[in-house]
Amino acid sequence: MSNVIQAIEAPADFGEFPDPLGHFGPYGGRFVPELLMAPLEELASAYAHFRADPQFQAELYADLQYYVGRPTPLYFARHWTEQVGGAQLYLKREDLDHTGAHKINNTMGQALLASRMGKRRIVAETGAGQHGVATAAVCARLGMECIVYMGAEDVRRQSVNVYRMRLMGAKVVPVESGTRTLKDALNEAFRDWAANVDDTFYIIGTVAGPHPYPEMVRDFQAVIGRETREQCLEQHGRLPDALVACVGGGSNAIGMFHPFLGDTGVEIYGAEAGGEGVETERHAAPLSAGRPGVLHGNRTYLMENADGQIMPTHSVSAGLDYPGVGPEHAWLKDTGRVRYVAVDDNDALAAFHGLAQLEGIIPALETAHAIAYAEKLAAQMDPDQIIVINCSGRGDKDIDTVAEVEGADL
Amino acid sequence: MSRIAHRFAQRRAEQRKALVTYVTGGDPHPEATVPIMHRLVGAGADIIEVGMPFSDPMADGPVIQSACDRALENGTGLAGVLEMVRAFRRTDNDTPVVLMGYLNPIEQIGYQSFARDAAAAGVDGVLTVDLPPEEGSEFVAALTAHDLDPIWLIAPTTRMERVNAICDQARGFVYYVSLKGVTGAGTLDIDDVGSHVDTIREATQTPVGVGFGVRSGDDAARLGQVADAVVVGTAIVSRIAENVGDDAAIGDAVHAITQELRQGLDSPLVESAP
Repeated sequence: MSNVIQAIEAPADFGEFPDPLGHFGPYGGRFVPELLMAPLEELASAYAHFRADPQFQAELYADLQYYVGRPTPLYFARHWTEQVGGAQLYLKREDLDHTGAHKINNTMGQALLASRMGKRRIVAETGAGQHGVATAAVCARLGMECIVYMGAEDVRRQSVNVYRMRLMGAKVVPVESGTRTLKDALNEAFRDWAANVDDTFYIIGTVAGPHPYPEMVRDFQAVIGRETREQCLEQHGRLPDALVACVGGGSNAIGMFHPFLGDTGVEIYGAEAGGEGVETERHAAPLSAGRPGVLHGNRTYLMENADGQIMPTHSVSAGLDYPGVGPEHAWLKDTGRVRYVAVDDNDALAAFHGLAQLEGIIPALETAHAIAYAEKLAAQMDPDQIIVINCSGRGDKDIDTVAEVEGADL
Repeated sequence: MSRIAHRFAQRRAEQRKALVTYVTGGDPHPEATVPIMHRLVGAGADIIEVGMPFSDPMADGPVIQSACDRALENGTGLAGVLEMVRAFRRTDNDTPVVLMGYLNPIEQIGYQSFARDAAAAGVDGVLTVDLPPEEGSEFVAALTAHDLDPIWLIAPTTRMERVNAICDQARGFVYYVSLKGVTGAGTLDIDDVGSHVDTIREATQTPVGVGFGVRSGDDAARLGQVADAVVVGTAIVSRIAENVGDDAAIGDAVHAITQELRQGLDSPLVESAP
């Protein structure tokens, strides 16, 4: 079922994409109801203006430094490396960002943009809750009204994050429609935006959605890859041999990958949620086992049935439980620049425990997918080689989920 | 002349406005739709929009999303909807039928195959709510090659340059979304709608239909003052939802609301008359 589109030649410069209408090769674009075209054009033009504004960039940089806590360390996981026996394993510690995940790099950028555009009401959607928490935090900091849509099933799975959002003043709206997960929360957030476009800014949490979101979110997250590049050069005098990141919508992954796309010596891997296995229907791996289609404003790989209906997804990680993926990833898959693999629930859970015990770092379940794949990869590589894994978030939020799956009593 | 253009010409000659009614194909079950379509026509509908059910109808409100869910649960896909139009055509060769839905199910069939099959089934126009003209040239080419009218939406937020660009491609009728939001939301501001419709009329001779937020005969009467057609979806689908499990009651309820809308449209409010 996969590989419907044959590999196409990689462009000379990945940095030149997307095109002005938001296309990454055949992917991306702007597939939305007419009502949203004007606000998207307004957003694209505001973003183009402020990304080139040194004052805006300086303000964002200061917030990333003093509020988010950047730069995050590039950490050598010595004990883990010794256990695996192979390439050296380094973690880019996005779990140390304020609120516990990379998500805040992007919400900080979009919230600043919203305030420059004069919009004081923020809507967002969230799956695992990390994007919702990061949005609630920046809204509190900037004094903005914050409404977060969250699938009712995810509200149940991530009650601690729901409480955190409410503590910071956000209104969390459980979404009861459809599969009651992230995709339904996205539908609901789009509807709110459509009804309130005059005063409302929609902060999308991943590199999907209509143009300019995939480009804008990528740019805000690319700080991860830029730092990784500089830190690796500083610490080792050379670039890493491989990068690994988990891919749900794909924002932490594209943030790490993008600054390295031109470095052809660096192998890049994205780990999707294999759930109970990509051969079953219980997974969330559109790049590994889906095909191209149109959903949520962009053309990309989707999990869909033969009639073009979007399939229910499954992952032990609520944050990866999404039937689509950012359009730039779709294109990186087709060009062959990034290799996408599926990691199933059991391997992710084992990696979750492994990193906690070997390094004293409890990774998010999303991140655990990348950890699991990095172990397999490292074991086939030489001890003088370097793998950097994007440790995209911390796992405190997932403790209830893991305890429930494993029957532990908290 | 297409069936849609012909129907508008007829109504114009009678100095009446057209009534466009929406029903989700396969809601609540596949056998229900064709009888509902005939009841709509019998009660005075001029053009029937048949929704192609989609799992994630982002531009629709909860009423139409639930209709999509019922249709999908009972096994209706795009092929099923085309079969319903074919069955409708066996006894009604006059009433224009417009398919309305989202792009992804169409993409999976392929634009050319979809346009060919839709035309063969007796479809007259197609409206895809998540396909703007910027991304739509290939699809429009496929539709026009099979004499299908591409129906486009214009919103209160649409800039004049885009109104012009959209009108250049529009055939059948242009669909003005009368309020900000999703189907079934909010209340109407008739003066605001009127001024937008006037703007659209400057850009095109194509008839202008207005929809979103029409609930009653009075609403239809007021919108009929400013538009060539009134489009009603949620109010009809609500009547279906209230009577799931009893097809006869669905038919009667659909008939009653459609008749109310028709009467409202045919007898404009006295105080608003020119």
